[in-house]
Amino acid sequence: MSAAAPVVRIDGLTVSYRVRQQTVPAVRGLSLTIAGGESYGLVGESGSGKSTAALALTRYLPAAAEVSAAELSVAGTNVLELGAAELRAFRASAFGVVYQEPGLALNPTMPVGEQIAEVYRLHSVRNHGARNHESGQHGTGQHATHRTAVREATLAAIARVNLSPPEQIAGRYPHELSGGQQQRIVIAMALASNPRLLILDEPTTGLDSRVETEIMALIDRLRTELGFASLLISHNLPLVAAHCQRIGVLRGGELVEEGPAAEVLLAPRHPYTRALIAALPDINAHRDGPRAGAVVRDRTGSAVGEDQGHPERSVVPPAASAQQPAGDGPLVTVSNLTKHYNRKTALRDVSFTIGRGEVLGLVGESGSGKTTLGLSLAGLTRYQGTVSFHVSDRHQGRKVLPRVQVVFQGADASLNPRRTVRAVLARSIELLGGAQTVEELAGRTGLADNLLDKLPHQLSGGQKQRVTIARAFAGQVPLVICDEPTSALDVSSQARLLDLLTELQERSGVSYLFISHDLAVVRQVSDRIGVLYDGELVELKAADEVFERPEHPYTQSLVDSALSLRRPRE
Amino acid sequence: MDSSLSVPETEVEGALDSGGQRRAPARDRAGRRRVRALLLRPTFVVSALIVVFWVVAALGWHLFGLDPYGNSGRALAGPGWSQPFGTDNLGRSVFARTLAGADSALAVGPLGAVLATVLGSTLGVIAGYFRGWVDTALMRLFDVLVVLPPLIFLIVVVAAFGASVPALIVIIGVVFAPGIARIIRAAVLAEMGKKYVTTARLQGESAFRIMAAELIPNVAPTVIIQATLSLSAAILMTATLSFLGLGQQPPSPDWGLAINQNIAFIETAWWTVIFPALAVASLVVSIQLIADNIKETWS
Repeated sequence: MSAAAPVVRIDGLTVSYRVRQQTVPAVRGLSLTIAGGESYGLVGESGSGKSTAALALTRYLPAAAEVSAAELSVAGTNVLELGAAELRAFRASAFGVVYQEPGLALNPTMPVGEQIAEVYRLHSVRNHGARNHESGQHGTGQHATHRTAVREATLAAIARVNLSPPEQIAGRYPHELSGGQQQRIVIAMALASNPRLLILDEPTTGLDSRVETEIMALIDRLRTELGFASLLISHNLPLVAAHCQRIGVLRGGELVEEGPAAEVLLAPRHPYTRALIAALPDINAHRDGPRAGAVVRDRTGSAVGEDQGHPERSVVPPAASAQQPAGDGPLVTVSNLTKHYNRKTALRDVSFTIGRGEVLGLVGESGSGKTTLGLSLAGLTRYQGTVSFHVSDRHQGRKVLPRVQVVFQGADASLNPRRTVRAVLARSIELLGGAQTVEELAGRTGLADNLLDKLPHQLSGGQKQRVTIARAFAGQVPLVICDEPTSALDVSSQARLLDLLTELQERSGVSYLFISHDLAVVRQVSDRIGVLYDGELVELKAADEVFERPEHPYTQSLVDSALSLRRPRE
Repeated sequence: MDSSLSVPETEVEGALDSGGQRRAPARDRAGRRRVRALLLRPTFVVSALIVVFWVVAALGWHLFGLDPYGNSGRALAGPGWSQPFGTDNLGRSVFARTLAGADSALAVGPLGAVLATVLGSTLGVIAGYFRGWVDTALMRLFDVLVVLPPLIFLIVVVAAFGASVPALIVIIGVVFAPGIARIIRAAVLAEMGKKYVTTARLQGESAFRIMAAELIPNVAPTVIIQATLSLSAAILMTATLSFLGLGQQPPSPDWGLAINQNIAFIETAWWTVIFPALAVASLVVSIQLIADNIKETWS
């Protein structure tokens, strides 16, 4: 690291945005260097300025941004001094960028092979043009050889990112590829220009953990092979720690800590880094700590009668007994649930139970049917099979009150943009037959009173998700389905929300069906964990059991990747 | 001017609050910001002033001592000091007739547009919310209405039922409603995909409340834009009817009628045609520009 000349040198970078006559600083006095071939990780919560810093390197900042730096150079080129034409050439050759949404980075109307070939063509034209200029000769035969050369380079690039067979993949359109495959294509494109620096801006957010592991492993391998330096930007500290040699922690635009990955993760110096690490869902955490006394747990982990429920594990917590007098036995029995979308099968013969006051975690990769399962239980979609609730209906006048509420992923779309928090909560209390006031409900879910008259767009992501949680707890509903409730949030908001969900569950004694692709999150809250794979429930057992004795190969790979992400490299 | 600017705004607010909710300060602020954004646009301000001018003319022309019917003595006199827009072939003041013509131009259009908007957005929201056979039935019905050329349809209906103001309002409402319904339906379909509608359903909210309190406020900007656009189309259409001799009858100072009656003099006495024509154009174009500005600032 010390021997190689630095690829990136940033000294005193300050970026501020002009918003209505005010300047809002996004990055303040950031200094860092990245050596050739080094992997550097920049961690921070949303709004910490990490993406702004990376954009400044590429000079892709909006016009309202003011950039100043003592030095800002990539591969020896001072980025701030480039003219328009030089900037184009610089962007095309000095670095590659991999963005968060591969689906948006690819042209949907063009086969992916052509998109990669385009990069090679532009590059060889530039180099070719330069060569012709020097030697002053043209050859018609060169065109054909040129075309085959581009074709070969494209196929080699596809093979390099482990997609096979390359010939077939090259002819596919982006929508014919999975998210992980799309991201591989984007990586192939980013590397086509042989850059000295690869900028990875949240490259695996939105992909499930197994694909994430594969993509990160691929990037690690390619870096060793090709020798480029990488700048990984992420809010996911364990991910960064596992794949970077050095880490910088950004907070409010300032670099608060920097050092070798293992050191930052294991011996953080700055209080903010310590808080960030403490907020991580602990892969070893399980539920009996906070729920001691409330639940009699079967610690021998006998996964008795997976389809029959766990009467001994679903003893109603004392707090809940007043609200849900209906004795023992499971709350919900799901049997032989099958769901087809046209000819595709989303769920195949799924059977399980959810106990009273139990948290049933459900993991699976995207497309495994976990959201469909949630929708079926909520009665939002048609299905074959039976879902029966063993509770008597609660009435309000002649109306039957709902039995299920859902906390959806992405609070943005689950709040009406034109209704204030107060209006939303007041109406929910009315509809769900709650006995509390809006202020009490807000207080229980950690929403300050001054937020009540705000509209959703004036709230942060965490606050919005709190409103959707409050809405689900406005009345006494026996089952709350949490569908990836925290996956759009950064770690500390996520930790606070998981605490809130656990606390609410303990106090009200509701049951949760907790759906997530993140095994660590699920383990933190769940009593039992079910694993969905390709529409089938392949495993269902106590949370600890899943980690200690995963049976199905898919569960094993999930557990392995969850564990590996939390193990910093040496 | 201010009162006319806030007309659409208060309409939305009224719709929002009809559910008996407490008026929230945040929403007021958002509303004020939208109005302020509009007031910063010169084309909007000029258009609004022109519309206000015509509204004042329509409501108050007889208060200003204008006489659109009396003979001033000289027929086909050019514009001058005593007659700023000249006189027509019967010696009537073109200035007075142009201002008074706003009355009949604005008699049918606004109410027709309101009827079309109410009818169209109600049906659009219903079709988008319920989908299924309700949607199919309504959309096929609209398809049939939309393929009828509006002007020819109008001429046939006017010939059958006469050109009274109430009849024209109803006809305009029916002719413009399908187009609005389709656009509102599309907007509602986009909102239906969002989780807040799903959540409202899960909470046992009634279909009526979901449509009135959740969906309509969120498609309100589209509704207002469509209302404005159909207003300008309605004004143009009533002027066309009068021009064809199917609407207002002499001696009405209606603009369409005035153009029709004086078209023969366009080479010798251009002022008899140009001023009513400019009046129609200024009103229609101004309303269109208002719609454009609303579209650009609100959505």
